[in-house]
Amino acid sequence: MTRSFETGGAPHMPPQTTVAAVMLQVLLALVPGVLAYTWFFGPGILIQIILATFFALLFEALMLRWRGRPLKPFINDYSAVVTAVLFALCIPPLAPWWISCIAMLFAIGFAKHLYGGLGQNVFNPAMVGYVVVLISFPQVMTAWLPPLALAEYSPGLVDSLVTIFTGHVPVAGAWDAVTQSTPLDTLKTGVDAGRMVPEIRSAPIFGDYGGMGWEWIANWFALGGFFLLYKRTINWHVPVSVIGSVILLSLPFWLADPDSNPFPLQHVFSGGLVLAAFFIATDPVSGCVSNRGRIIFGAGVGIITLVIRRWGGYPDGVAFAVLLMNMAAPLIDRYTRPRMYGE
Amino acid sequence: MNKTAMTLASQVELAREAGRHTHHFHGGLHLRHNKKISCRDPVVRPALPELLIVPLLQHAGDIAEPFVSAGEKVLKGQRIGQCQPSAAVHSPVSGTVEAVENRPMSHPSGQPGPCVVIRPDGNEQWVELEPVSDWENASPETLIAKIQDCGLVGLGGAVFPTHAKTRDGRDRQIHTLILNGSECEPYISCDEMLMREQPDKIILGARVLRRALGAERVVIAIEDQMGAVQKALTRAAKLAGSKNISVVKVMTIYPEGGERQLIQVLTGLEVPAGGRPSDLGMVCQNVATAAAVADAVVEGKPLIERYITVTGNGISQPRNFQALVGTPFSHLVAACGDYTDDVARLVVGGPMMGYPIATDDTPVVKASNCLLALTHRDIADPQPEMPCIRCGECARVCPATLLPQQLHLQIKTGLWDQVQEYGLSACIECGCCDYVCPSHIPLVEWFRYGKGEQRKRALESEATELARKRFEDREARLLRFKQERAEKMTRRKQLLKDKAGRGDRIRDAIARAENRVTRTGETPDDA
Repeated sequence: MTRSFETGGAPHMPPQTTVAAVMLQVLLALVPGVLAYTWFFGPGILIQIILATFFALLFEALMLRWRGRPLKPFINDYSAVVTAVLFALCIPPLAPWWISCIAMLFAIGFAKHLYGGLGQNVFNPAMVGYVVVLISFPQVMTAWLPPLALAEYSPGLVDSLVTIFTGHVPVAGAWDAVTQSTPLDTLKTGVDAGRMVPEIRSAPIFGDYGGMGWEWIANWFALGGFFLLYKRTINWHVPVSVIGSVILLSLPFWLADPDSNPFPLQHVFSGGLVLAAFFIATDPVSGCVSNRGRIIFGAGVGIITLVIRRWGGYPDGVAFAVLLMNMAAPLIDRYTRPRMYGE
Repeated sequence: MNKTAMTLASQVELAREAGRHTHHFHGGLHLRHNKKISCRDPVVRPALPELLIVPLLQHAGDIAEPFVSAGEKVLKGQRIGQCQPSAAVHSPVSGTVEAVENRPMSHPSGQPGPCVVIRPDGNEQWVELEPVSDWENASPETLIAKIQDCGLVGLGGAVFPTHAKTRDGRDRQIHTLILNGSECEPYISCDEMLMREQPDKIILGARVLRRALGAERVVIAIEDQMGAVQKALTRAAKLAGSKNISVVKVMTIYPEGGERQLIQVLTGLEVPAGGRPSDLGMVCQNVATAAAVADAVVEGKPLIERYITVTGNGISQPRNFQALVGTPFSHLVAACGDYTDDVARLVVGGPMMGYPIATDDTPVVKASNCLLALTHRDIADPQPEMPCIRCGECARVCPATLLPQQLHLQIKTGLWDQVQEYGLSACIECGCCDYVCPSHIPLVEWFRYGKGEQRKRALESEATELARKRFEDREARLLRFKQERAEKMTRRKQLLKDKAGRGDRIRDAIARAENRVTRTGETPDDA
């Protein structure tokens, strides 16, 4: 008796994973860092994450509709959510709501979909969104909260909501309390004014290595990063070369002149460096494909970050460094093709 | 390990150490084995099927020319088709040829092809067998001729004619014969069962092949999970009193059993790109091929039977058979207690590289090592294909250290120069990249398409080259004609001029003669 069967392509096995699963893993890995962030700086960050996610999905849906692409598989792949969360982690927790809106319009609409959507973007969408608002609205983007432990006034959930949606702190006279500069900023202006690094660092907003609170958030991000490494969602090459290059390059400066150059580990634990090393520079779409390429890419990010921090106009340069290296990635790929079998 | 800097000669020397240490190859996958389910029962021959369908294309090369026609009686082992220079096809039973016609073949293309349909008479009457007498002293050429006579092909799947590989190996000074017993695809257990049940035959075949090749050593590679097999083979080698046969355990990582990967594991060396294992002084054969060589040379039996695994969750009682070539798969499935209710797909070969067949009246061929019946749960629903996110998983698992994500993009956008540069031709289509891709891109399908396109482009550029040469030759010819004509013209002009000159000369001559005559007239005998 003959029987007929449906055919299908090899391998005849269920797929191992999905894009959505990969993205979810990244989101999961961000959870400890986000919790630490909330612990040190209050609930503002959670509101920003929700806001950014909302706008990201909104623009994702609009762009998909406009491009005539199916909504369901692409909305459900969580890639826009990853972009949104990474962006939210870069902005001041009490930044007004329209910051997210504008940033996500550029991140999802321009950087992602105008380049062809998922997998086609040349630049990291979250960083494009962040840099657009950073350059366009410098005042808003530099109004940072001090850590709760130092704050005279710390907005709770309701106050944060009101501040984000109205742009005004509901408590009179509290505006100054919620618009402090970051440790990196303080350091930069201090050094530029000719003060000594140890003297600047004696301010309470500094911790053991980086800023107070910031260094712990960085630790928790690193923990999430190790989880991704363990899960093989990311490779060690980028994080190691980003952090390694920062340490190696800042070490001689510090040794030569510790009064005007911060300790290498302070560079590592300040600003967005650890987050970038594990979560942003490791973005496979806009990064390099070979391991050698990834090391060069990561080193580029580290070096450019330091150059901007030391000589540039911005206290932290990670976002610019990532975008600049995104530009260089195809060229790096061209010259770092791995040797193939038998070659 | 990068050994590209070494000269080929020193690599060949190093290859002599094959199997002393095991090495690693890049990437690969740890897959669930699923082999035990088909290894519980000893291998049996199923009852004779009602009809045997013997395809005339069971080897790499052209379709064999049939010697028989409908109504003709054939004997078991009688040659019924031949294709020079590839392999012969023999009747697996004694009986009557019902037809020579197109039937569904077990072939990745799924296209029907010419088959000899034979109704067995049940007598199993053999044609007169002509073994090589005293093979230990026979000339290698005799052995190779016998192997060719018996229609031997590589039973690991590539079905390259064994005699051709052996002859080529002989010409290229082989030092080591590798017998590949590391059947790395999940589910398949026919080689393992063969090694368990017929170790003596494998060792015998190995010795024959070694003599035919002129090799010094035999290395039999088996998987580290085959404990019983190692014992059996080592004992058989000892019994045969043959030196220089070693059994080496290798790690079970897919695609360990790939020829190039196995050589890398045994030697730490890579077969040069575009080259063959014989460049390193090695030839690789499947263990089942070795057993078939023993049958052919020592008993004179042609290749009409092979071990085949019938397995998967879609089969009631998975097991191994020693099945005649031409047996319809449906017959084997019936002998296994039929399908289970949720069977969904039939695959010939393993789940990674096997190809699906549309109907089960497709016959067993020399290359069929496994019939895999999968259920809906095994294959899962087809997932929507998403764009590549360049996560690089594919590159991490690629045993050829390629960049599948880049190749995919290059093929898709038609950057053929880059496709060449990024080494598409080194892809062995193992399917590791497909398996790990989170976007479910059918990468191997893209790569097959890309390879086809490259071949087409190579042919086209050859044709263009030919056309260009023709054009240039024609231009040169025309130029030559023109020059020749011009030369001729000038010559002729010269000639005409000369003619004019000649007129003068004649006049001079006449004048001179007249002069002379006058002078002669005056003094005729002066001189």
